[in-house]
Amino acid sequence: MIRCQNLTFSAGGKRILDAVTADAPPGRITALVGPNGAGKSTLLGLMGRLKEPERGQVMLGAEDAAGIPRPIFARRLTALRQATRITPRLTVCDLVGFGRYPHNPGHLTKEDQRIVEACMTDMALDDLADRQIDTLSGGQQQRALIAMVLAQETEILLLDEPLNNLDLSHARRVMNNLSARSRAGRTIVTVLHDLTIAARFADHVVALKDGRVHAEGSPDEVFTPEVLRELYGAEVEVHRINGKPVILPI
Amino acid sequence: MRPVLLVAGALTALFFLSLALGAGRLGTGSDAVWLLAVSRLPRTAAAMLAGAGLAVAGVIMQMLARNRFVEPATVGTGQAAGLGLVAVALLAPGAPLWFRMLVAMASALLATAGFLALVRRLPFRDPLLVPLTGIVYGGILAAVTGFIAYENDLLQYIDIWMNGEFSGVMLGRYEFLWLAGAATLVAYAFANRFTIAGMGEEMSLSLGLSYGQVMALGLAIVSVVTAVTVVTVGMLPFVGLVVPNIASQLRGDHLRRSLPLLASAGAGLVLTCDILGRIIWYPYEIPVGTILGVIGAAVFIWMLQGRRADAG
Repeated sequence: MIRCQNLTFSAGGKRILDAVTADAPPGRITALVGPNGAGKSTLLGLMGRLKEPERGQVMLGAEDAAGIPRPIFARRLTALRQATRITPRLTVCDLVGFGRYPHNPGHLTKEDQRIVEACMTDMALDDLADRQIDTLSGGQQQRALIAMVLAQETEILLLDEPLNNLDLSHARRVMNNLSARSRAGRTIVTVLHDLTIAARFADHVVALKDGRVHAEGSPDEVFTPEVLRELYGAEVEVHRINGKPVILPI
Repeated sequence: MRPVLLVAGALTALFFLSLALGAGRLGTGSDAVWLLAVSRLPRTAAAMLAGAGLAVAGVIMQMLARNRFVEPATVGTGQAAGLGLVAVALLAPGAPLWFRMLVAMASALLATAGFLALVRRLPFRDPLLVPLTGIVYGGILAAVTGFIAYENDLLQYIDIWMNGEFSGVMLGRYEFLWLAGAATLVAYAFANRFTIAGMGEEMSLSLGLSYGQVMALGLAIVSVVTAVTVVTVGMLPFVGLVVPNIASQLRGDHLRRSLPLLASAGAGLVLTCDILGRIIWYPYEIPVGTILGVIGAAVFIWMLQGRRADAG
């Protein structure tokens, strides 16, 4: 369980988040949605302690996240930012291996190696294991980064637009993998722009607009034409297929 | 053959070549032992220590700045060490060597921290802007140093460390360079942290690494290596730039794996240039800094043209 209480954050004199209170239920996928500039990435950064909030706190269960020493925190929570650029020339296998760093800062053990290989397989990277990251396409790099945070084996995963650059088949692979992990008890929070994918895979939705929580609830509650009109200022139709909302712009 | 074995073999050959070379003839018996112990061995060790240290300092600088085209000699670290030395010469003329060394390290550290702070605030992400900023920043520091030295008749004094050379290295006058060797070992022990720091602050935090501490340690290593090199043999340009870039091509940037190759290649490059400097104009010498300048600049230009696309 991860709970944001009254999170406020400003940058360059501009308020990005204003007293945001939101929950990500345990063992569930929470989708963060909202228009560009709503503060989704900032909220994710605050949850992952990549930035310090001006006010408010992030609670992991009953614990204040800010009080947990970083090396221990990194074994419990991982955060992948969007458009992460890896400057050092590393192979895919090495990059994913660094996901084990919080558990084991030295040489990788047999067990570490097993986890690294499993996560590469999950992201369909087996054939690319020895390729240098900088020789890969954007989508392949994105999968390598996701494999890296998966290898961290944390109870909480924060992912900022993980489907960036991914084709349909790989997007499906990532979302199915996250679903499986959430069913195994992990808590996942992810920024998603594709609302139909969010509706299909998320259990809980937090919609942000102008740095505030605009709506929070199940996909059924949040993904209605009225809420989405207010949120995006765009007209949409919401259909239902197999009981899940499908959102079509008009 | 694995590159590290190749480099190790070449390094051994260079080591013995360096011992055999000199203006005086290496005879036999106790005279030869004396010459080796007092002059040739220290000179060879100095070249290798400085080369290994500068190559490692270069790659750490590149990880901290997240840019392949920077090194301590071009972003003000070396120039600041010189400024510190001039300050000591003016304010505390009779200060012992260890004190001068300490001031050089401190001023190198401050200037490098200043450079990194400057780079973080750069508005554009153009990778070539970072080394350019460094060159201007280092140029300003060098100009200030030059002006102060000129005003106080110290130009000859700064000349000594502006262009590195090993002809003055003798037993008892180079030992501080072992600190550069020690710094290299420390860098190796913390190699994984520097590689992660190279992935950026947020990635480091997400992996539970205290980014500030790694930055501080990296700055300390860069400053110690640069300051001891500048004080004992003078500035050696391009080692920290050329060696890490070539090693990265061959071995990637997983420092735990690439540092041994990097350090040996740095040692080999400086030793080769020193040997060339002793041969080309025999029995006179060309300073190693000059030779490195020529070779390094050529390689650097080639690098800029060939690898522009993935500089950052």
